[in-house]
Amino acid sequence: MVQALADKDSVVLEARDITKTFPGVKALDNVSFQIHRGKINALVGENGAGKSTLVKVLSGVYAEYGGKVLLEGEEVSFANPRQAQNSGVVIIHQELNLIPHLSVSENVFLGREYTNRLGLIDYKRMYVETERILKQLNLRIAPNRLICDLRVGQQQIVEIAKALSFDARVIIMDEPTSAVSEREVQVLFGLIRSLKEHGVGIVYITHKLDEVFQIADRATVMRDGKVVGSCLPEEVGHDDIVRMMVGRDIKDFFVKSHASEQQELLSVRDICLDHPTRSEDYLVDHVSFSVNQGEVLGIFGLMGAGRTELLETVFGVHPQRSSGAIHLQGRQVRIKSPWDAIDCGIGLVPEDRKQQGLVLLMSVRANISLASLKLTERFSLLSSQLERQLASDYIARLKIKTASAGQRTEDLSGGNQQKVVIAKWLATDPKVLLLDEPTRGIDVNAKNEIYRLIGELAEAGLGIVVVSSELPEIMAICDRIIVLSEARKTAEFARSEATEELIMKAAIPRSA
Amino acid sequence: MEDLSDYKSHLKRSQSLIALVLMITIMSFLSDRFFTVTNMWNVTRQISVNVCLSVGMTLVILTGGIDLSVGSVLALTGAIAAGLLKNGLELPMFNLAIRYTFLGAAMGAILAGSILGLINGLAITRFRVPPFVATLAMLTIARGLTMLWTKGFPITGLGETFAVLGTGSFLAIPVPVWICAVIVAVALVVTKRTRFGRYVYAVGGNEQAAKLSGLNINKIKLMVYTAAGALAAIGGLITTARLDSAQPNAGMGYELDSIAAVVIGGTSLSGGRGSVLGTVLGALIIGVLNNSLVLLDVSPFWQQVIKGGVILLAVVIDKLSAKD
Repeated sequence: MVQALADKDSVVLEARDITKTFPGVKALDNVSFQIHRGKINALVGENGAGKSTLVKVLSGVYAEYGGKVLLEGEEVSFANPRQAQNSGVVIIHQELNLIPHLSVSENVFLGREYTNRLGLIDYKRMYVETERILKQLNLRIAPNRLICDLRVGQQQIVEIAKALSFDARVIIMDEPTSAVSEREVQVLFGLIRSLKEHGVGIVYITHKLDEVFQIADRATVMRDGKVVGSCLPEEVGHDDIVRMMVGRDIKDFFVKSHASEQQELLSVRDICLDHPTRSEDYLVDHVSFSVNQGEVLGIFGLMGAGRTELLETVFGVHPQRSSGAIHLQGRQVRIKSPWDAIDCGIGLVPEDRKQQGLVLLMSVRANISLASLKLTERFSLLSSQLERQLASDYIARLKIKTASAGQRTEDLSGGNQQKVVIAKWLATDPKVLLLDEPTRGIDVNAKNEIYRLIGELAEAGLGIVVVSSELPEIMAICDRIIVLSEARKTAEFARSEATEELIMKAAIPRSA
Repeated sequence: MEDLSDYKSHLKRSQSLIALVLMITIMSFLSDRFFTVTNMWNVTRQISVNVCLSVGMTLVILTGGIDLSVGSVLALTGAIAAGLLKNGLELPMFNLAIRYTFLGAAMGAILAGSILGLINGLAITRFRVPPFVATLAMLTIARGLTMLWTKGFPITGLGETFAVLGTGSFLAIPVPVWICAVIVAVALVVTKRTRFGRYVYAVGGNEQAAKLSGLNINKIKLMVYTAAGALAAIGGLITTARLDSAQPNAGMGYELDSIAAVVIGGTSLSGGRGSVLGTVLGALIIGVLNNSLVLLDVSPFWQQVIKGGVILLAVVIDKLSAKD
């Protein structure tokens, strides 16, 4: 397969035998990777496989490494991202690097603004140039709009515009679809295809294999800091790539939980969350649902449907703006704050593990014990022995890959970080666990482990609520599914009744 | 099990320790008056006030905040203690005059300091005033109240018992050093071995995650600012006792020395990272530096320049070593 790709002339950027080590870890081990002009080169692999490190070497973020980087056949060594950009190698990071309170145009030309004879910024010229690029990208917004007023999908296009303004020869996109809605994904794909036609070499990093088959011309698979194979997607199947990624055959991809007709655990009636600024408008509009013991309830909705807000409201994050009744095991409870919720036996694994789930500066151990620190007290002082024990129990149980319990959480891969968040909640011995996009941005293997864990927890009698924007995920792991659209509950299905079409139909806003 | 994050903080602390030992060694050669028992107690006595303030400042900065009001709170509480001790409290409308003992006056000052800190905390948590602004306002308010309370004149002649706090010794060790040692010991236990201490780090490290983990952020912040106020009051008591007088302009600029000690000690101004022990080292470095410059007859103008340079250097070294 690799021979078929050996098409020397078309290579625009090449990594040859790249090795990159961090203290204690070999992040890249003799990696060679070619980026072809006018092709979409997908880079797939689990989190921690080395994809991000590789593209950071290619784009000048890491200036020190072993091996060579060749641009158009000539060796280059970028000291910083700016040098790489000026040579036409541009990276668009997963977390967008735009300044929210500056305009589109100011962001596109940040650091290299056009100036007039007086040395002042020449806005007119910047606007004209920005408009030209935006037109190319079919984005009809004024160049003086502020970034913070744009949707995430639009912001992403601004990033692409920024890349194009450098006359990019290579654009590297790190998981560009992780935060945008399905419709915006299609717009993005259209753009990527047209960039390709203009001869730009695209590197597309993703976890989502469906996307590889949708748009990639070539796929390179990485595992444990090495390239384990390259292929043409049309020649191989889904399972072949997964096998390369995880290094073993996958058997049951999803684990079914045991739906049981047990007693009702959590019941939420007519819960509302007012809009923070527009009165008469709701972010959650009279939603009711219930979870039984041992049940996995799925909540599906498109971006902005109010999924996260619903979970947050139940968890007591917005006490001033919320109303409705919550019953736990038949008794009404008042949840006015997250600590009330925790006291009731509810845990919330939030959507954004870095911003909301973890204190990245603290150790794995301190994060696991954070919500249940009381359990590690002896004579009202913390016992490091008890805490160590608590942490190592969960590290073993959830198979968290970390050098030690004292490792900074920052240094862990996404999947392992997510397991730390889950461990934190399991340590509080919850009755109900709310999970908001529990598998976002994590690799296939870790996803699988989290699905299995959800199954195990349900079997152990917990009530589980999973919010997800991935339909196959929700269909596979949930016993019952409710659908949100525009802050309202629009449908409820048992697993046996649910089809992708039915769910999608209920999820699409009627007013749009 | 090797603890990586602990290891890193040890490394950082040993950097400031090396700097301190180096300074002491060099000074011992440069001045024969430096490495003497008298001078050592002198230095520790001088830094004791800064240590009191800086321990509180460390807690505040660990949560990601700042307290600019400690110098003024020190002056006001010192003046309150002196005033209560000397004149008592007269409440003409009730035809009442309360006389205070030494202990009563000290408690009154600490209570006042706590209340001022609590007000800082309330402004920050209830009314969402940024800590910089809230405590800047308190800096001015407390200074003004000091002027009102003292009418602009020092309160002097406070008696032997009170002076012990500042100038006395117990088991050959100055009383202020004892007070500091107790404060530091308590602060170490609190930050390392209690839930509250852990929560302080968590709030500074990631407030949102801390909130979603069920931590009462507002309560933690209130406690931290209250503690800073109370510790500033203890600093006020020591200062007043040492001089046997409450000066209306006492403690001017102390907040800066205190922030410097915290920063030199390796605590991050953005919160979540640092330690009380580091701060103690930071305060020692500043104290030894001040003392050295005086012993070496450096002009006061140059002293300021050099002190500023050292602060900058400490942070630069910290940043450079953090990069690896």
